[in-house]
Amino acid sequence: MVGIVIVSHSSKVADGIRDIAQQMAKNVNIIAAGGTNDGEIGTDALKIQEAILKANTGNGVLIMVDLGSAVLSAETALEFLDEELRHNVCIADAPIVEGAIVAAVQASTGAVLKDVLKTAVGAYTLRKV
Amino acid sequence: MSKHVAAIIAIAQAIIKNKEYLTELDREIGDADHGINMAKGFEAVISKISSLDEDKDIGFVLKTVAMTLISSVGGASGPLYGTAILRAAVPAAGKFEIDSLTAQAMWEAAVTGIKDRGKASRGEKTMLDALEPALEAFSEGVKADKTIFDCLKLASTAAQNGVEYTKSIAASKGRASYLGERSIGHQDPGATSSFIMITALLDFFRSQGSV
Repeated sequence: MVGIVIVSHSSKVADGIRDIAQQMAKNVNIIAAGGTNDGEIGTDALKIQEAILKANTGNGVLIMVDLGSAVLSAETALEFLDEELRHNVCIADAPIVEGAIVAAVQASTGAVLKDVLKTAVGAYTLRKV
Repeated sequence: MSKHVAAIIAIAQAIIKNKEYLTELDREIGDADHGINMAKGFEAVISKISSLDEDKDIGFVLKTVAMTLISSVGGASGPLYGTAILRAAVPAAGKFEIDSLTAQAMWEAAVTGIKDRGKASRGEKTMLDALEPALEAFSEGVKADKTIFDCLKLASTAAQNGVEYTKSIAASKGRASYLGERSIGHQDPGATSSFIMITALLDFFRSQGSV
């Protein structure tokens, strides 16, 4: 099953999104990587790298990001992975909350990474009202 | 302590000294954390490299600096400067002295790293507006066979001009890009921190009597 990593500047936001997505897809490995290593607002590439390793069960990992340095840190984390895993990790250009939820549901069906990514990106078109 | 570790500590201290100044610049066009983040990162760098064994080469030390910045800065400058230094560490691997050609190669690798990571180019009101002209000035100095100290002097002046230039342009990358045209008139905090680092290295060489 594809694993999911949630990267936010705030550890509370990352943990919260993980909780919401997990409720929808109990069997998926969803790892939160929010905030810096000293608990402040920010992102940490090494924390993200660890989360990717934890989330991966052999079928790749989708990374959901909030904004700015979350993207830069996630891309930096990719550089630290070994090549095989790196080819099996994607950063989703998608809304982080809605994207994480639909990606988790899609992943729970056993879908491959490419399809989980596509579903996450598709969350852009979700209407609320 | 090896000379290269002392040089990095001098750079780190310059950033820490300018924490308020950089944060103030960032308050005007960003999220008011550049000085705080950079100072936090470089405080972690000082504690990390102060305890390294004397026999660690420049490449190894720079790699340590990069990983420390990447994991402790928090903001975008962490992965940006971290990637730059990580790339610069490659030509310096195994070395204990840096000649001007190696320094040029390191600088080129660093600038390419920042461009790759930030997907930015010159003229977007970022650290590249200081770092790239500084690299060009440094390279011209190398070509003219100047001493590494004189090359660095040229680079520092070019970086300062680059910081001035950022006042005249609008940001199209990073948090300041949300302000668009309203960012004109303000100098870029990232370009400023780059200038501070280059000048701190120059001052370090000066204090060592390598003029």
